[in-house]
Amino acid sequence: MKLKVNQQDRSFEGDPQMPLMWYLRDELALTGTKFGCGAGLCGACTVHVDGKAVRSCVIAMKDVDGHSVTTIEGLSADGNHPVQKAWRAANVPQCGYCQCGQIMNAAALLSETKTPSDDQIYQAMQGNICRCGCYQRIFSAIKSAAKEA
Amino acid sequence: MNPYSDKALITNVSRRNVLKGMLGTGGLVLAAQFVPARFALADGGSVNAYKTGADGMPGGTVSDPHVFVSIAKDGTVTIVTHRSEMGTGSRTSLPMVVADEMEADWSRVKIVQAPGNEQKYGNQDTDGSRSIRHFIQPMRQCGAAARQMLEHAAALTWGVSDTECRAQNHKVVHVPTGKSLGYGELAEKAAALPTPKASTITLKDPSQFRYIGKGQVQITDLFDITTGKATYAQDIHVDGMKYAVIARPPVVLGKVVSYDEAAAMKVPGVIKVVKIDPTPMPAKFAPLGGVAVIANSTWAAMKGREVLNVKWDDGPNKSYDSDAFKVKMAEQAHKPGRIERNEGDVDKALAGAAKVIEHDYYIPHFSHAPMEPPAATVRINGNKAEVWACVQSPGGTRSDVAKLLGLKEDDVTVNVTLLGGGFGRKSKCDFALEAATLSKSMGGTPVKVVWTREDDIQHSFYHAVSYQNVTAGIDSNGKVVAWRHRSVAPSLMSNFMPDPHRESSLELGLGLIDTPFNVPNLRLETGEATAHTRIGWFRSVNNIPHAFAMQSMVAEIAAELGKDQKDFLLEMIGPPRIVDPRKTVTNELWNYGDPWDTYPVDTARTRRVVEIAAKEAGWGRKLPKGHGLGIAVQRSFLTYVATVVEVAVDDKGNVSVPRVDTAIDAGFTINPERIRSQIEGAAVMGLSIAKYTQVTFKDGRVQQNNFHDYKVLRIGEGAMDVRTHIVPNSIEIPSSGVGEPGVPPFAPAFVNAIYAATGKRIRNLPLGDQLSA
Repeated sequence: MKLKVNQQDRSFEGDPQMPLMWYLRDELALTGTKFGCGAGLCGACTVHVDGKAVRSCVIAMKDVDGHSVTTIEGLSADGNHPVQKAWRAANVPQCGYCQCGQIMNAAALLSETKTPSDDQIYQAMQGNICRCGCYQRIFSAIKSAAKEA
Repeated sequence: MNPYSDKALITNVSRRNVLKGMLGTGGLVLAAQFVPARFALADGGSVNAYKTGADGMPGGTVSDPHVFVSIAKDGTVTIVTHRSEMGTGSRTSLPMVVADEMEADWSRVKIVQAPGNEQKYGNQDTDGSRSIRHFIQPMRQCGAAARQMLEHAAALTWGVSDTECRAQNHKVVHVPTGKSLGYGELAEKAAALPTPKASTITLKDPSQFRYIGKGQVQITDLFDITTGKATYAQDIHVDGMKYAVIARPPVVLGKVVSYDEAAAMKVPGVIKVVKIDPTPMPAKFAPLGGVAVIANSTWAAMKGREVLNVKWDDGPNKSYDSDAFKVKMAEQAHKPGRIERNEGDVDKALAGAAKVIEHDYYIPHFSHAPMEPPAATVRINGNKAEVWACVQSPGGTRSDVAKLLGLKEDDVTVNVTLLGGGFGRKSKCDFALEAATLSKSMGGTPVKVVWTREDDIQHSFYHAVSYQNVTAGIDSNGKVVAWRHRSVAPSLMSNFMPDPHRESSLELGLGLIDTPFNVPNLRLETGEATAHTRIGWFRSVNNIPHAFAMQSMVAEIAAELGKDQKDFLLEMIGPPRIVDPRKTVTNELWNYGDPWDTYPVDTARTRRVVEIAAKEAGWGRKLPKGHGLGIAVQRSFLTYVATVVEVAVDDKGNVSVPRVDTAIDAGFTINPERIRSQIEGAAVMGLSIAKYTQVTFKDGRVQQNNFHDYKVLRIGEGAMDVRTHIVPNSIEIPSSGVGEPGVPPFAPAFVNAIYAATGKRIRNLPLGDQLSA
């Protein structure tokens, strides 16, 4: 299997059923993609596949053959994607564990919908759980990132 | 986010073997707390203005800058932070206190995480909302000592008197001439100086604080968190590391009968299958046992576990059933229990009351479900071991791992990663002990134990299920003259001692025994309940059921009497005074491990947060149809919090929460921005508890698996507009914590609001579909 990860060409010979998340975390040490539920229920492992937000814990390696994957590490060369900047300006994180997934999901939302409505934000972000309860700030960070972009 | 002052007692109990103090009547653990010490200058090498319970914790406190501060020649100041970071911000806030006192420029400060070593750093049990409460004073002293050492180093360099030298924003200025030396230039000389005696240390005047109380300092890991560089225990990579998952007994104390090792070994990448025996209760934090699969990747280990086909002997807890247990607890709550606090004559007052109101309240088990499931890596090399783990208790983990491996504590290094949430779950180091066992089985090869979400939800230390019965007697003038509260819940002490079959002093201390209600005849009782699973502290612990029952009941009486909920709550709290339950308790009294004189029950503060929350929420304002306001207050972890919740209930019975106003009095505060984040998060967790969260048991087994059936709050489902109102306090008012106290008032304020909106009273949590059914 061949794929691109953060613009780099990669090839993979292992179990084609293995979820992309474990390949990223265990083999490439790209641990910004977090393990939260392993069942596509919490969003902590969100990455972009061909620009779309995907739960990497439930997409098998065989399904990303020939595709291009972007992780939080590749979202921006200097860590200053507008969503990342908005996250810091709003002091969003508490423990921080879910935030890479939240940011990846929000970045995908804003690349498709420049100025999402409140409901569109809720809809798009419903799959990303934060147990610390940073939702109020996640919402305002997305709003301000949309304004900046 | 963080549990557990009860931990103060637990660590005392479990690590210092003072079981006698807990079980007997001697009050061994608590005796020292009765020394009056409020605002008295402490002796013995401290500049503390008041006493806290910190010295009663393992390791006590350390305030030596030689331990916490180092300065490089380029002026970079490195400050060690010794508490675990799970989202409250203490990893930033405590070093910020040091930096402020030592006049360091925050932009030139680096923070380094201490390994587990309580002899060196002082207590590291990050729970009980204690980090600021116990360490603001030692950290101020530490920073002030460092400042004076730098001033002295400059004085020696210039050959002038110390009094002519003043530390100011990362340099020392010679006041008469204006010449200065940077901290980097003074580093070597200052580091060679002895730590000044406490009696010679002068703390800054609070008017000179640059960072403390200001809220402009962002958390130190902010950039790394937003770029994926922040490292949690699940992210640890060690050279040559193997990966393990464990099939644990579905029923606590269950044993392995058989399993298919050959099938697991056939899975490509699987290296070894290891059986781990369970530990009989009380097992403290010993692993549950089971069958581990060790492999070259997490995925291979998980695939191996799938085909193990383990057969279990379920053992003594196999018939644990939540529904049946609720009935049993109700029976207990409806008969006289053990008297825990007694004032006046409740029986007589109830018999003579014009009206008697009685209600029951129920709250189920919860699992913490931190976003990062537990994980730990251990490597053993000869007689040394190294641990990487997301533990709230680095010191306790170190001693437990040392004991398990038969090593000296000095030969065990516990590296504390960031914690992807904790909420009390990660105070228990069972997962680190599993990793140690498995590394040992591999001859010391580093092994990472990964808990999946299912493992986390099915094998936690659960928040205690509880049943509360409250009976109030009201006289002909509408005054409450009798209050009888019967509380029934299995005890978390069952992990540490033979099951006491009722809430312990520590659990009663969690927001029941200290009730401030101004009722002449008051009796608090406990009923019997047996622990059939592992009970553990969950963010704010028994404060949740205690506050739910008391604060719901107050609103129920108000409704019965046709009084305003808020006015009646203030009437129940009574006039501003110090409530002292010490004389009327019948067993030991626990005040979060801290002295009553420093942290009394002060109803002026209880009243104030109620009044502020109500005023800020616009109590009494005109609301749209289907909306309602509810209020509740709780002193927990020595912090006073009142919350007003606004609900909106549609005609299908769907409840949303358009607005929350919370007033918090945590004494003198360090980082208002992080207090707001804790209160916003507490509202989300509070609403999760109120609407969705429950763990249930059938045939001894947890019935929930993952976030599809263990439902937690998602974005937009309420609590998106949480407004935090921090009571301003001067530095003389002892600081208390903020991680937990936001949670307890939320659920009762929420159900009180539902009542205001609909006239329907919710007494069993979670709400679920009770309004739509």
